Amino acid sequence: MTMTSALNLSAFLPELLLAVAAMALLMFGVFSKGDSTRTVGWLTVATFVVAAVLVVTGEPDQTAFNGALIFDSFAVFSKVLILAGAVFTLIMALQWLEAEKLGRFEYSIVIMLATLGMLMMVSANDLMSLYVGLELQSLSAYVIAAYNRDNLRSTEAGLKYFVLGSVASGLLLFGMSFVYGFSGTTSFAGIAELLSHGHAPTGMLVGLVFMLAGLSFKVSAAPFHMWTPDVYEGAPTPVTGFFAIAPKVAALALMARVLLGPFAEMADQWQQVVWLVAVLSMFIGSFAAITQTNIKRLMAYSSIGHVGYALIGLTVADQEGVRGMLIYLAIYLFMNVGTFAVILSMRQKGRATENISDLAGLSKTHPMMALWLAVFMFSMAGIPPLAGFFGKLYVFLAAIQAEMYALAVIGVLTSVVSAFYYLRIIKVMYFDEALEPFDRPSRATSAILGLCGLFVTLFILYPSPILGAAEAAAASLFAVGG
Amino acid sequence: MSDLPLLTIITFLPLVGAGFILFVRGQEAQVAANARNVALLTSLATFILSLFLWVGFDPTTADYQFVEKAEWLPAFNISYSMGIDGISLFFVLLSTFLTPICILSSWEAVTKRVKEYMIAFLVLETMMVGMFCALDAFLFYIFFEAVLIPMFIIIGVWGGARRVYAAFKFFLYTLLGSVLMLLAFLTMYFHAGTSDIATLMTTDFAYGMQIWLWLAIFASFAVKVPMWPVHTWLPDAHVEAPTAGSVILAGVLLKMGGYGFLRFSVPMLPEATELFTPLVYTLSVVAIIYTSMVALVQQDMKKMIAYSSVAHMGMVTIGIFAMTQQAVEGAIFQMLSHGIVSGALFLCVGVVYDRLHTRDIERYGGVANVMPRYALVFMVFMMASVGLPGTAGFVGEFLIIVGVFQVNTWVALLAATGLILGAMYMLWLYRKIIFGKLEREDVKAMLDLSKREIAIVAPLVVMVLWMGIYPSSFLDPMAVSVENLITKYQTALQAAGSLPLAAR
Repeated sequence: MTMTSALNLSAFLPELLLAVAAMALLMFGVFSKGDSTRTVGWLTVATFVVAAVLVVTGEPDQTAFNGALIFDSFAVFSKVLILAGAVFTLIMALQWLEAEKLGRFEYSIVIMLATLGMLMMVSANDLMSLYVGLELQSLSAYVIAAYNRDNLRSTEAGLKYFVLGSVASGLLLFGMSFVYGFSGTTSFAGIAELLSHGHAPTGMLVGLVFMLAGLSFKVSAAPFHMWTPDVYEGAPTPVTGFFAIAPKVAALALMARVLLGPFAEMADQWQQVVWLVAVLSMFIGSFAAITQTNIKRLMAYSSIGHVGYALIGLTVADQEGVRGMLIYLAIYLFMNVGTFAVILSMRQKGRATENISDLAGLSKTHPMMALWLAVFMFSMAGIPPLAGFFGKLYVFLAAIQAEMYALAVIGVLTSVVSAFYYLRIIKVMYFDEALEPFDRPSRATSAILGLCGLFVTLFILYPSPILGAAEAAAASLFAVGG
Repeated sequence: MSDLPLLTIITFLPLVGAGFILFVRGQEAQVAANARNVALLTSLATFILSLFLWVGFDPTTADYQFVEKAEWLPAFNISYSMGIDGISLFFVLLSTFLTPICILSSWEAVTKRVKEYMIAFLVLETMMVGMFCALDAFLFYIFFEAVLIPMFIIIGVWGGARRVYAAFKFFLYTLLGSVLMLLAFLTMYFHAGTSDIATLMTTDFAYGMQIWLWLAIFASFAVKVPMWPVHTWLPDAHVEAPTAGSVILAGVLLKMGGYGFLRFSVPMLPEATELFTPLVYTLSVVAIIYTSMVALVQQDMKKMIAYSSVAHMGMVTIGIFAMTQQAVEGAIFQMLSHGIVSGALFLCVGVVYDRLHTRDIERYGGVANVMPRYALVFMVFMMASVGLPGTAGFVGEFLIIVGVFQVNTWVALLAATGLILGAMYMLWLYRKIIFGKLEREDVKAMLDLSKREIAIVAPLVVMVLWMGIYPSSFLDPMAVSVENLITKYQTALQAAGSLPLAAR
């Protein structure tokens, strides 16, 4: 790890770009005459792409702001995922919002700010930068949850998210203050250094537990998942899609960074907590979803379950575990983007619908869309040869290697339960009689759908790039933390 | 042996055909006709190619043949590795043989969504063949599980009235068993450092570990076979599946369980196998007697044959775990003959179902008067199912009982009672449908077998008689592989200090 200067802005370039672009586009939107939604939207997409290029080409293993932010392979991998998720969901959102006549240029700006927050989260190397990043992301998320401000459910979702999210942030902050109080430093390296000297003070443990509670809320892991179904259902669909993808990746990456960095020495303690959280999430994610009729609520529970599987990798707390988690997240991203591409295409006569029963007979009215959605559902259920199977394979691989058999058995059994509701969607599409067909999906959404579908089906043929990148990312996390 | 990657071609040719069908466009009738033709041609080509395996197979060695190996996940030491031995050869042939028959049998029976139907069948064929050829545990698992997807769709879309229930039950039952097997594979993989099947067979697993691994793997294959008491998905799936779906289900999918026992449980976990042999015997004997009795009281033809399948597969599991040369060869032979005979019986049911649209046994009677050719064909298959000497069914059952008798007389005795019960329900079924008074008007109006139907059943009749009269063509290629399997099993047990069963 080299530290050229204390400030080291060059490493911070992608974040800087997003911050400046957000302000510039805000000005542009305000001062331009006429409707600038589309222009701002596509400029945002372009900014994300440039930021992703900067992330990938940036010099690895640097720190900035006196070690408050770190840029290692782990951050690169997570950031690419986050930016990809943001780009895909934003492109689809632009089409959808325009069709719903909700298009406003601020949407893209807020998404950009949220993304900025997420990029900071995964690079956080200090409790302060962690909190700043997290709050920037959270506050932006509250705003876009209530984006459809004339809609009762949307505002309710935003408010609910805000109130509960603030409590979680409070818990996190409270825990952080404990950690600071007992260690005297906010820097991850400092905390790790302190803990490496022997027994951790009890106050540290208390602080860690509070922090875990706060972070679990952000990744919507059970038992801190209560907000998820309501917010997912109430928020406008593209926002739900965004929530289900990018922030999850960011928060899980952050969690891994915190637990395996400064608190690596306390793994014995937090492993028990994460174990329980993972198991509960898998249970809630599989059983509670069975009775859902609204596809957004279903996806909410499904995402809780997926977080549970990703957390298996974290529970294992070694390099294989983190690698499994990162592979899982990468595959999860594509499955979810694809699924939301279909959900966003669920429009009958110009109106959006979100009941699972509206998908009836989709295999007749839109065969390709039905085929891809079936692929995503089988993949989420973890059926080979689709990508979702490999996601699960690698986390179970790590769990078995660490001899955590109980966790693995619970994991596979709940995956069978969750298969039931994924199959139900396929059943509705393929076995039920056709109702009113959906409107033609927009071209960009179809393209994204096809792209994700191909990724999920063809992952088996050439998995090495993602495996390799995840491997390197996991290694870098341990090189720094250890 | 040529340098051509024959197994890969055979495995993925159907998938290529499915790809072609996917891009067929045009009028619905035109699409349907094209889809049928492409599917039939592809599956026939696959079958012809697979015959080269039989021709080129060297029966004097127990090594894997036609081996192909390519890097797939080098970081994990998992490779794409294919090959067959005397045990898997005929399962590959069985799959490629039955698929064109299934496609031909659906020619007129399936009228809606023909394109998707044909795609599903071709994908299914790829997965089945791939599973029997896989020489890597993870590759095996991928094919094994992927079979669920097309079969779920086939039952769910083209099935009967309760198709949704049956499809879900089929899928979830098998998935539940399989996921535990995946964990067992992962454990074995870490223990051995590779997932190569041949290496796993020579790896020693600790006794305590073997027990858990065996149970986890058993959970998967026992559901697939299916063994009592986890057989309940089978009658539902059979009854609701379209005719061709039932044929493949009974013909090939059930064999995946038996094949799995031979490939994984027995050679990799010999000590646990020995420990659990009494359990398998018990479950199998219960299956034979209990499900035969259940079959006796069925009113639905398909359900009766489905229960008879459970009983016949009970014989197979007894044979596999008896671990004598005759018994294991008999078990493999029984799987092949059952694959053909039960498939054929489902086709026979399909023939009358297409005409009268009911499977209720009471609705028929006196069919021999209007459909003499059908009566003859049905009789051949019925007799084969009962195990009449000269038909395929006899050889397998006879060998199993002879083999088991050397190990455990009681099991042999109880298994033999199943044969008597089998004769009871099959003869009763035949009498009810074929003989009796021809009273109903709609039965009187039934037409005899069409040319297409004759083309479907003729190869099956030939196979049944060939297997019954000259079984050596099938037993000889597998003999060395089976001998090798048994020798290794006995050696492993001796090394572990416990007495081999045969020496007791």
